Amino acid sequence: MNVDVVLDALSDRTRRQVFDRLRRGPLSVGELADGMAVSRPAVSQHLKVLKAARLVADRAEGTKRIYTIEPRGLDPVRKWLDGVWDEALARFQAAAEREAKRETKAKGANR
Amino acid sequence: MSERQESKDSLRKVVTVAASQEVAWRVFTDDIGSWWPLATHKIGRVAAVDAVIEPRVGGRWFERGEDGSTCTWGRVLVWEPTDRLVLTWEITADWAHDPELRTEVEIRFISAGAGSTRVELEHRGLDAFGARAAEMRGIFDSEGGWTGLLQGFVARADRAPRTEAHAATT
Repeated sequence: MNVDVVLDALSDRTRRQVFDRLRRGPLSVGELADGMAVSRPAVSQHLKVLKAARLVADRAEGTKRIYTIEPRGLDPVRKWLDGVWDEALARFQAAAEREAKRETKAKGANR
Repeated sequence: MSERQESKDSLRKVVTVAASQEVAWRVFTDDIGSWWPLATHKIGRVAAVDAVIEPRVGGRWFERGEDGSTCTWGRVLVWEPTDRLVLTWEITADWAHDPELRTEVEIRFISAGAGSTRVELEHRGLDAFGARAAEMRGIFDSEGGWTGLLQGFVARADRAPRTEAHAATT
């Protein structure tokens, strides 16, 4: 799953609220709509986007559709950030050590 | 309060640097432009020539383009020189700025002997990605919002008995 698709899905405030509510436990579309200031069709549309990004999943329970959080849904984002920080910190480490050496040399030269 | 699940809520990195705590802090903050991978990780349309962390709480964390324009990455939440830095991260995967997509990065600088510093980084809030922040904003955006809250506070303060109000100012 592409990290851009996942972050795009989370870029909408209402979708983030739906996502956050589902993190606390499964809910039907009706239950989700009840607790929010948006219409049921709007909630359905948001769920569709979240499902396409594999952030949520659904199952049938009688006539209702119950939505649940996908525990590994944010993995692509974690993986991307992990890579960003690996690179940034490696460069930071090199820069800090270069600066430390430069200062030690400068101090030595001043004696 | 739910228990913290480190693997879900946050990622952690540790690097030990052959530099004093003071140098490590200074290079991380003052000199971020010298090491941040600007070529690959920038959000402005023009090439980025510098990255800056404004040295105070509330300060911006941003990149500067070759045309002088700036693009914000986030803000400083905690500024404790040589010890601790907490920044918000408001950047998406295609390196666009989105203040709604807010997570936090905490960096701690711990002395590990003379000329050695352990730098610990935690990027957290990954489980919610600004959902809670959005909820809070929702409260303030609702009918009344900040204005309503302030008016309510002023009304209560005005109605308070003289002795209470007096005590509050001493």
